[in-house]
Amino acid sequence: MKRYAYFPGCSAETVSASYHLSTIETGAKLGVQFEEIEDWNCCGATPYTNIDELLAHTLCARNLAIAERTGLDVVAPCNACFKNLYQANQDLKTDADLAAHMNFALEADGLHYGGAVNVHHLIHVFVRDVGLDAIKQKVTRPLKGLKVAAYYGCQLVRPDRNDGFDATGPRYFEDLVAALGAKPVEFAHRLRCCGASLMIGFRRAALAMVHELLRGAAQAHADVIATACPLCQLNLECYQQDVNREFGTTYEIPVLYFTQLMGLAMGISPKKLGIGTEMISPKAALECVARKPAAAAPAHNVKVGQP
Amino acid sequence: MWTKPSFADEISNEMYTTGTRGLNCCIQCATCSSACPAVEFMDNTPRRLIGMINAGLRDEVLASNTFWVCASCYACSGVCPKGIKPSELMYVLKRYSIWKNQYRGDLVGPEFSRRFVRTIMRTGKSYEPGYAPAFIFEGGVQGMLREMQFGMRLLAKGRMPLMPSRVKRVDNFRAMLSRIVPLEGIE
Repeated sequence: MKRYAYFPGCSAETVSASYHLSTIETGAKLGVQFEEIEDWNCCGATPYTNIDELLAHTLCARNLAIAERTGLDVVAPCNACFKNLYQANQDLKTDADLAAHMNFALEADGLHYGGAVNVHHLIHVFVRDVGLDAIKQKVTRPLKGLKVAAYYGCQLVRPDRNDGFDATGPRYFEDLVAALGAKPVEFAHRLRCCGASLMIGFRRAALAMVHELLRGAAQAHADVIATACPLCQLNLECYQQDVNREFGTTYEIPVLYFTQLMGLAMGISPKKLGIGTEMISPKAALECVARKPAAAAPAHNVKVGQP
Repeated sequence: MWTKPSFADEISNEMYTTGTRGLNCCIQCATCSSACPAVEFMDNTPRRLIGMINAGLRDEVLASNTFWVCASCYACSGVCPKGIKPSELMYVLKRYSIWKNQYRGDLVGPEFSRRFVRTIMRTGKSYEPGYAPAFIFEGGVQGMLREMQFGMRLLAKGRMPLMPSRVKRVDNFRAMLSRIVPLEGIE
């Protein structure tokens, strides 16, 4: 049984509850236990660094210090939480002055961070620590014929924050999709930003960025977009209607978490994976799972918006 | 003899503290601009902005929307051949412009950032309905209706929080943050 200190992030309690549910379910199936970090706090997202970098680091330092007591490595399912925790951890480990300053603040909550924790993203835990072979062994209902755009998002892999992976041309997400029996499509925008942090601050730009991603996914004939981040999921799915209104398109591409696809392939019931809370129903796309694995190609419910 | 550091020096010095090279080594190759997914909405591209900083055009730089259109996706930082991290530059400029209280009045970003930070200061966790409604008037009546509709759709799917979540040891949490900055200055 592998164990991790799990940092759910603020959206796991509400807008991305399905990500949280499917993470716990698939983890259990693969012998991975995610133990929620006691009394965790927000990672600071992007706005904290806009105002004060030291404050942003303090938020992360508190989570790391609490996790350190458990002796487990930290895993975050959200790209933004992962980015913040990973970066703060790196800075705290390499900058003794910063660590001393942070520990002065942490004292107010009876905490101390010694720098013994490693931070990983959830998808990295599954593809590296668990491994694709172990995942394949658990697949009982392969997602045959399902065309999936594996969308990494922007903050997951960057050269100075790669968590040990190739940041320029990663393939592990596509490999994971293939391990589930689905077909990863060539999605050119897989590392391109969805604009989530701009949705309130600069809506026009954010919608254009979502539009571009949907266009890419439709061009690649994806039945479904798979994400590894609640912000990407919210942005790509829930604002699809707004994009259609703004750009005169008719996209209707379901956006699921990679953990939901894993769960489905492992025979976990859709309900347990939080499927059914989407704004764009993945039902038609997932017909291939409902049918016997040998059945024909799935219903294609992607409407290409622009020629 | 002491001379006041130039604007370009001020910005580069800030960048050194965040672990990136200063702007004096920029060769104006525009790789950053070409990697940027939001560049079409910027009044000055990242390359041009760096050129403006190096030329000492302080007021023009602070009047630019460039750094508030940055989505913090770090695409530029991954490709700069000189090891500058333009995404860090954008953070530096956001902080600098808030610190100097000098930025374009039509931008939502600064006030949104402040409100977000205040929310976390109070509860330790993010709660969208706590800070988002302040901005629903940005798109006029039409925008307001659109945002309310959006909220209702999330609510109908059980994806909208009704009550803010908060950390248990919120007093300790606040005491911790006040060791970094006086909370009165932010709230």
